[in-house]
Amino acid sequence: MNWFIKLLSSTLGRKLLMAFTGLFLILFLVVHLIGNLQLLKDDGGQAFNIYAQFMTSNPLIKAVSYGNYFFILLHIGLAIGLNRKNRAARGPESYAVSSGKSSHWTSRNMGILGTFILIFLVIHLKGFWYEMHWGGIATANYDGKEVKDLYAVVKEAYSQIWYVLVYVISMLLLAFHLWHGFSSAFQSLGLNHLKYNPVISFVGKAFAIIVPALFALIPIWMFLY
Amino acid sequence: MKVTLKVWRQKDAKTKGAFATYPLDHVSTDMSFLEMLDVLNSSLIQKGEDPIHFDHDCREGICGMCSLYINGRPHGPLQTTVCQLHMRTFHDGETITIEPWRAKAFPVIKDLVVDRSAFDRIQQSGGYVSVNTGGVPDANAIPIPKKIADEAFDAATCIGCGACVAACKNASAMLFVSAKVSQFALLPQGKPERKERVEKMVAQMDAEGFGSCTNTKACEAECPKGISVTNIARMNREYFAASLSSYEVPLKGSGD
Ligand code: HEM
Ligand code: FES
Repeated sequence: MNWFIKLLSSTLGRKLLMAFTGLFLILFLVVHLIGNLQLLKDDGGQAFNIYAQFMTSNPLIKAVSYGNYFFILLHIGLAIGLNRKNRAARGPESYAVSSGKSSHWTSRNMGILGTFILIFLVIHLKGFWYEMHWGGIATANYDGKEVKDLYAVVKEAYSQIWYVLVYVISMLLLAFHLWHGFSSAFQSLGLNHLKYNPVISFVGKAFAIIVPALFALIPIWMFLY
Repeated sequence: MKVTLKVWRQKDAKTKGAFATYPLDHVSTDMSFLEMLDVLNSSLIQKGEDPIHFDHDCREGICGMCSLYINGRPHGPLQTTVCQLHMRTFHDGETITIEPWRAKAFPVIKDLVVDRSAFDRIQQSGGYVSVNTGGVPDANAIPIPKKIADEAFDAATCIGCGACVAACKNASAMLFVSAKVSQFALLPQGKPERKERVEKMVAQMDAEGFGSCTNTKACEAECPKGISVTNIARMNREYFAASLSSYEVPLKGSGD
């Protein structure tokens, strides 16, 4: 057990967990996006509401969602811990002049980007997740089946311009987090190979653009139509 | 050409330092950066002032002693060591700011000189191979593919100057340590201590108070020897594999 604790408390081990949790969250984003795209279906929210009901009641999904909460918290906790260690490592005096030429700005600002994502998460969870679980949501009836009308809550939220703006800006910040994060995770895991690096880099950048863009499209679309 | 130097002056490790400004009027563009400092220092000595202390030795880019942080970049604007940098890289009238490497693990000794013995301790913890006494083995008796030999050699060109630590926003030593780990991990001669080495060197690196790796790759961009961050990924692999499969070795990194 001693070796295991040593592994996970070393800086390399902590980055290993950072990468695993980050990649898990990336997978989660895909599933979440596929679900959300049903909001754009022209059926008054039926498909989305049935899906939302399934996601909050299916025991298997429930188990995975607990894992998801835990991984987000772990990702954030590790980010704070590593950030503190990294700041301390500079020593008592920092540079008077520093040049940003040698690295990409996203890679230097993962903590700030992450903090904004966290603020967004709080707003997002309060608005929909909390309401779905514990809020008093009206129900809709589909072929005799009573389900909570989350679609109405979403529609209401996205009719407010500031809400839409917060969403779009947050997705932009998520895109920047992933622009560096996706390929960085592979490097942290030690998966770096001349044959596969171009693929990882390409997929990472495409993912960082496409997934947040599709997420952002939903509130814009629902605001306009 | 004329330049203005803003140089970090610090009496000793305990005293707080500050920048001092030195205007220089007759700088030749052919001078190396260190010669320019030599000229300034001799004028300081003539005036009875304390010369600016800075590290240097070979002045041909192979020892890794020179270590100046110039205008926000280790070893200045070119990807070389400071001793290989010339004044023609700067323009007339420029203000040049010179700072020491900044890292908790590299405390300032005086002015621009920092204590890099943390690197020595990391090396002592595992950066060696066991060599049997006896007759010299035939160099061609151990088959090593040319590409692997080249890759190990590339890692071995690290001169341990610490520019990677200076360049990194986290003052991380990952590029240095990974080069030292890789150079042996790639070769059959490094096999006996392969797992133990990476475990001990990483443990020592963490104990010295260097930061973690955020994969910004600033180290690779600033390394005067062009050491690649591929080595960092290799060290990550080596470390995880070693942790999972080695005997439980003490991780003190004492080099015993
Ligand atoms: C959906 C949400 C998120 C996803 C998909 C995500 C994904 C990732 C990925 C893949 C990495 C790269 C891991 C590595 O370099 O090995 C990463 C790094 C990072 N994340 Fe996140 N993240 C998310 C949310 C957050 C939040 C909420 C925070 C902070 C409060 C955060 C802070 C960080 C930091 C600081 C790093 C860099 C750590 C380092 O290299 O030192 N992330 N993230
Ligand atoms: S003085 Fe030896 S490398 Fe610069």
